[in-house]
Amino acid sequence: MPSATVAPSPVHASHPAPSGRRPRKAPAQRITNNVTGYAFLIGAVLCFALFSWYPMVRGVVMSFQRTRRGVTTWVGWDNYERIFQDPSFWTAWKNTAYFTVLALVLGYAVPFVVAIIFNELRHARGYLRVLVYLPVMLPPASALFLFKYYAYDPSEAGLFNAILKFLHLPTSQWMQSTSMAVPAMVLASTWMNMGGAVLIYLAALQNIPGSLYEAAELDGAGLFKRIRHVTIPQTKLILSLMAMLQVVATMQLFIEPLILANGAGTQDSATSVAYLIYQHGFFQNDLNGAAALGVIMLVVLGGFSAAYVRLSSKQD
Amino acid sequence: MSVTQYRRVAALAAVAGLGLALAACSTKGDDSSSSGDKVTITVDCMPVGSQKELLKDWNADVEAFQKLNPNITIKSVSVGAQCNNPPDFTARLAGGTVTDVFYAYMTDLQQVLDSGQAMEITQYATKDQIPTWDSISKEAKAAFSEGDKLYGIPTKNYSMGLLYNKNLFTQAGLDPKNPPKTWEEVREAAKKISALGNGIAGYSDYSAGNTGGWHFTAELFSQGGQVVTADGKKADFNNDLGKKVLQNLKDMRYTDKSMGEKQLLQWADLLTNAGAGKVGMFVGAPDATTAIVTQFQGKYQDWAMAPMPGQGGPAKGTLGGGEGYFFKKGLSKAQVEAGLKWLAYEKLTVGKGQFDYVRAKPENNPVGLPQPQLFIPGSDAFKADNDLKVANANVTVDDFALFANNPVPIKFEPANAQAIYAILDSAMSAILTNPNASVDDELKKAEDKVNQALAAAAK
Repeated sequence: MPSATVAPSPVHASHPAPSGRRPRKAPAQRITNNVTGYAFLIGAVLCFALFSWYPMVRGVVMSFQRTRRGVTTWVGWDNYERIFQDPSFWTAWKNTAYFTVLALVLGYAVPFVVAIIFNELRHARGYLRVLVYLPVMLPPASALFLFKYYAYDPSEAGLFNAILKFLHLPTSQWMQSTSMAVPAMVLASTWMNMGGAVLIYLAALQNIPGSLYEAAELDGAGLFKRIRHVTIPQTKLILSLMAMLQVVATMQLFIEPLILANGAGTQDSATSVAYLIYQHGFFQNDLNGAAALGVIMLVVLGGFSAAYVRLSSKQD
Repeated sequence: MSVTQYRRVAALAAVAGLGLALAACSTKGDDSSSSGDKVTITVDCMPVGSQKELLKDWNADVEAFQKLNPNITIKSVSVGAQCNNPPDFTARLAGGTVTDVFYAYMTDLQQVLDSGQAMEITQYATKDQIPTWDSISKEAKAAFSEGDKLYGIPTKNYSMGLLYNKNLFTQAGLDPKNPPKTWEEVREAAKKISALGNGIAGYSDYSAGNTGGWHFTAELFSQGGQVVTADGKKADFNNDLGKKVLQNLKDMRYTDKSMGEKQLLQWADLLTNAGAGKVGMFVGAPDATTAIVTQFQGKYQDWAMAPMPGQGGPAKGTLGGGEGYFFKKGLSKAQVEAGLKWLAYEKLTVGKGQFDYVRAKPENNPVGLPQPQLFIPGSDAFKADNDLKVANANVTVDDFALFANNPVPIKFEPANAQAIYAILDSAMSAILTNPNASVDDELKKAEDKVNQALAAAAK
């Protein structure tokens, strides 16, 4: 509700505003004057309303309902209780958290290091940028099938196993192994997605004034000190934003288990929360349970994003 | 017009365009219409573009049917080569976008009824609409019925047996005319076949995409077991029979190393390997050979089929299933009758549609397989179909004689089968990929989950 201090009044509207402030206009007039803006806005609002907000609200509603014989009834917390009792529930959260942490270590740090290396290069930077970005242009499903059939083949014919054998190291069952399934998914995911992050980091690095590095060098700072005292502080904003985006994206891990493990993997070792939603909804004919799990995930990710926004605004 | 006015007009035009585009993208819930004598129905499971011959035949059949019935228009919809990939099917059902006459597995009855998308067709399904109706297997009709109410028309059925690659049998020194009859013999044969090396699995099995649970069920039936109790309320596989199923697989996978390294296989994976000559034996229905040949570059000449193996003797049962079509709720009488006429023409008339062996023979579509066997043995339709099949056979009927001549009692799939299969996938995948997985633990975990799913379904 607008506060009294900002509410437009006829007196204010009819008098010249103090310098630096535009006079408030009547709502109808504001709409008329901004009709072009509203017209452009309506498309985006409609798209968000139809494809984002409505499904979210519908999901919340569905999570408290059950449909039998085409008849929908309210069932309170039943769906949530059932989801919490699912033996795969905690495994899925554990796998998703493990994937997120590993992806933060590998998928977050590696692109930053690669970007720093590219930034230091004087030659072939453009070619290398294209090279790193190429996997992003591959459809994710195709990229994952490459990993599944060539890299992660559990026999000795698989690319990674052939390399390990050549190096006289023990081979792995990759996606068929309970211990290697998540790391293998992180590796494939990092390869697929790091190109975009590298370009973003590179753009941020190139915005750092060269004079800061020169001053650091004059003060006798070596490479690591320059990174620590110049590069990281100067890219802090983009680093923290990318961290949040990375966490939100990796928590929604889905296509990797679906393609690399044909689903849940060995003893649920590849099951993610998003995959469990899919399994309940589309394999177990439990769309209401899937909606409940979706709401739980929404709450967790929403809570994380809110905490991030709060922390980052405090830091600013 | 000023620049501002132009902008305003452009913006409004853009909004109007967006609105029109959204309207154009939206689909009507019911794409069918009937006015006067003219009736239009949408039907799915049209073959996909890569199934060239099948698609050509389908289109020719639609054209011929419409000539015979000028008041009926068939609008065909393709929903993938498999016709019913469970996630896609569930999405169409939940979204209400199924066609007027829609394909489903026999196991889907409960899900279809729960969705409220199907109409009862008991009063319409008669000899008048489907001339061979009285000759169709009662069990197949029962799979589409609840109590005395009929909701779907069966169009194919199958039962499982042991498919084996004759070439690999010969190479391994086994007699293709004397395939394994028991799981113990399967194990011995698998060892010899996998000893051929070159990535060949002596025996192969599924463990993902619901197919692992499907095969666990088939193998449990062969032991004489059942996945759920007679009242359908509790899981009934965490017992000695269920343990034997998983122990057989575990022994073959890790003690004998006769199942190959690649696991977590689903439908297409195993058949791809089979088509490439990398699989010695697997459990399947006769039409698996059709898929191997038409979709996965295999050869009919390589394959033969024996009855389902049993534990220490003949199998005590084999899994039976099949497919058919439901009718979307809200169709008019004329539309239902048009749908039934189409199904009668395309799926249930001797010498037409799926039973047009004269056409299928030169197209390398299999003729001479023992199934589908929709018609009651001894009925006129059965005899006519069999004569036509024998006259046009392009597969060696003898290769399937052991299976056809040694019938095993058929057990049909349980209610909520797909949900149960999804859960049992995890037990199968654990046993086939983790040498340390415990048979007892995996069965217990699956039992708990199935009980939970059944309790939820019963609410």
